[in-house]
Amino acid sequence: MTSPLQQKLKITGPVVITANRLGDGAVVYRTLDGHWTRELDQAAVVSTAPAAGELLTAAADDIGAVGAYVAPVCVDKDGSVRPGNLRESIRHAGPTVDLPTSFGI
Amino acid sequence: MYLYDDFDRTLVAERVSEFRDQVARRLSGELTEEEFKPLRLMNGVYLQLHAYMLRIAIPYGTLSSDQLRMLAHVARRYDRNYGHFTTRQNIQFNWIKLAELPDAMADLARAGMHGMQTSGNCVRNITTDQWAGVATDEIEDPRIWAELLRQLTTLHPEFSFLPRKFKIAVTAAAHDRAAVRVHDIGLRLHRNGAGEVGFEVIVGGGLGRTPFVGKTIKPFLPKRDLLSYVEAILRVYNQFGRRDNIYKARIKILVHELGAEAFAKEVEAEWQPIKNGALALDPAVIADIAARFRYPDYETLDDSPPALAKARATDRRFAAWLDNSVANHKVPGYAIVTLSLKPEDGPPGDATAKQMDAIADLADRYSFGEIRVGHEQNLVLPHVAQRDLPALWRALDTIGVATPNVGLVTDIISCPGLDYCSLANTRSIPVAQELTRRFRDLDLARDLGRLHINISGCINACGHHHVGHIGLLGVEKNGEEYFQVTIGGRADENAELGALLGPAVPYGEVADVVEDVVAAYLELRARPDEIFLETVKRVGVEPFKERVYATR
Repeated sequence: MTSPLQQKLKITGPVVITANRLGDGAVVYRTLDGHWTRELDQAAVVSTAPAAGELLTAAADDIGAVGAYVAPVCVDKDGSVRPGNLRESIRHAGPTVDLPTSFGI
Repeated sequence: MYLYDDFDRTLVAERVSEFRDQVARRLSGELTEEEFKPLRLMNGVYLQLHAYMLRIAIPYGTLSSDQLRMLAHVARRYDRNYGHFTTRQNIQFNWIKLAELPDAMADLARAGMHGMQTSGNCVRNITTDQWAGVATDEIEDPRIWAELLRQLTTLHPEFSFLPRKFKIAVTAAAHDRAAVRVHDIGLRLHRNGAGEVGFEVIVGGGLGRTPFVGKTIKPFLPKRDLLSYVEAILRVYNQFGRRDNIYKARIKILVHELGAEAFAKEVEAEWQPIKNGALALDPAVIADIAARFRYPDYETLDDSPPALAKARATDRRFAAWLDNSVANHKVPGYAIVTLSLKPEDGPPGDATAKQMDAIADLADRYSFGEIRVGHEQNLVLPHVAQRDLPALWRALDTIGVATPNVGLVTDIISCPGLDYCSLANTRSIPVAQELTRRFRDLDLARDLGRLHINISGCINACGHHHVGHIGLLGVEKNGEEYFQVTIGGRADENAELGALLGPAVPYGEVADVVEDVVAAYLELRARPDEIFLETVKRVGVEPFKERVYATR
């Protein structure tokens, strides 16, 4: 999964703007009304470079989050939104492994 | 343990105060991320996939029990109850909040800990043999020299903005447990023909995108000249290292492109004018540093006490652990105990706050309050009386750090990979976990003998895959996770880079491939005690390649 920092703004499908929240680094998504949300299904989903660029520019100026970039998503027939690749899935859902504390020691 | 003085404590306290102000200004918006990033990196603070990550320096891998308890406290108070010991003898916390970082750092400072030299283009935490000071095969304690280098390089104004990060490792033993030949500078203490102790200076080793085994540019450097010579190397690197291309910025590229001989000449020219200046080491200074390393008041004991022999004879599990995880100590009646942080199914190198607290208590009870961190991501209790081994083993077993797999196939070195790291291409931890399940049979693991699997989730090679006996490198192909497999690498005194086995294999097949490589080894080895590396050396890569790719 190529680092988003190395990606050019090339839109080939639905995307969202994502970043890490300033205070705790939590993964956040940009909403249509210019806020950050933890919920992917509340994110603004766009499919063109100008629309993504506009969202990204506004997001980059918002000091509430760090390192905004464009991330691919999949939109299901029922309208639900899923991360578009493994990297984004892990950012969304957390590590794919149990934390060591789950072993009970 | 090394005893820090007021100078050290003031320096760390001032850094906390500075960082508190920087964080406040960042949170208020006064500092942009662009302005703040270099400041946080100077304190070991990264921004990873899900959260900020704090890396804490453990100079030369030595921890006191109080320091380990403080790490447990930070894990519990500011993180998610665990930490990850790294391949550079540091520890990382993965879920720390920016707003709470100054408080966490203030707590750490109370125990003499900080994040300086764990990030950025400076000289990083100096690493060494985790058995330093107690190993039977060393000629003296290498930590004295690591500490001198720490004092030289900490906040050194000339070397705080090098072309790229810079890693130094020191060993004083015949068997290199510090991987000095794959560091920017590797220092090997040895005795010359005249019986004097000095350093072999090795430069330009490293892993990452362009791996190299370091070249010796000074076969014997007197001790008095260590700091001036290292300073000369750093000056040459600072002047000629590539700043225009991050992929060519490490000293290994400079040494490779100039050639070791030409590089050595540049260093010599830089060194001569400063050789007899302020950095020439006065024996009194060396003695002062050495005196600040306090060694335990060992009892006069005999080796192999009867109680130990009895426990060995009556408990097969204890005997297996004793044979695997306990090494000879230079003081009679004592032993070096390695605590495996590689349980079946566990993320390599992780320890919970509960485990850290328990290990700190056991260190107080059985190891004079001292713990070491090894670059293989295990912990060590360096001063255990042999008579205490049965009781210690029972306690370690209870907290899950007595798996007798040290140096065996499931003692896997692994980076955090894509489950945490923003640079990673693929996951590493699940691969390691799957391998621990495949090779859970300890009888098989013992039969296989010494076999190191190293896994990196990207080309940056934090999992040291190039020098794994079996190395696994995660790469991305069309959005899917694949792994390149190398065999024959090693990080010891005979360091070599592994040879590529063939085309990368899909994530879902990588454990099968490792099993095939191991099966091939069992068929190919000339005798039961011919270890994997020896077999690879003798027969080459081809028979392994045939086995792995015949049906793929």
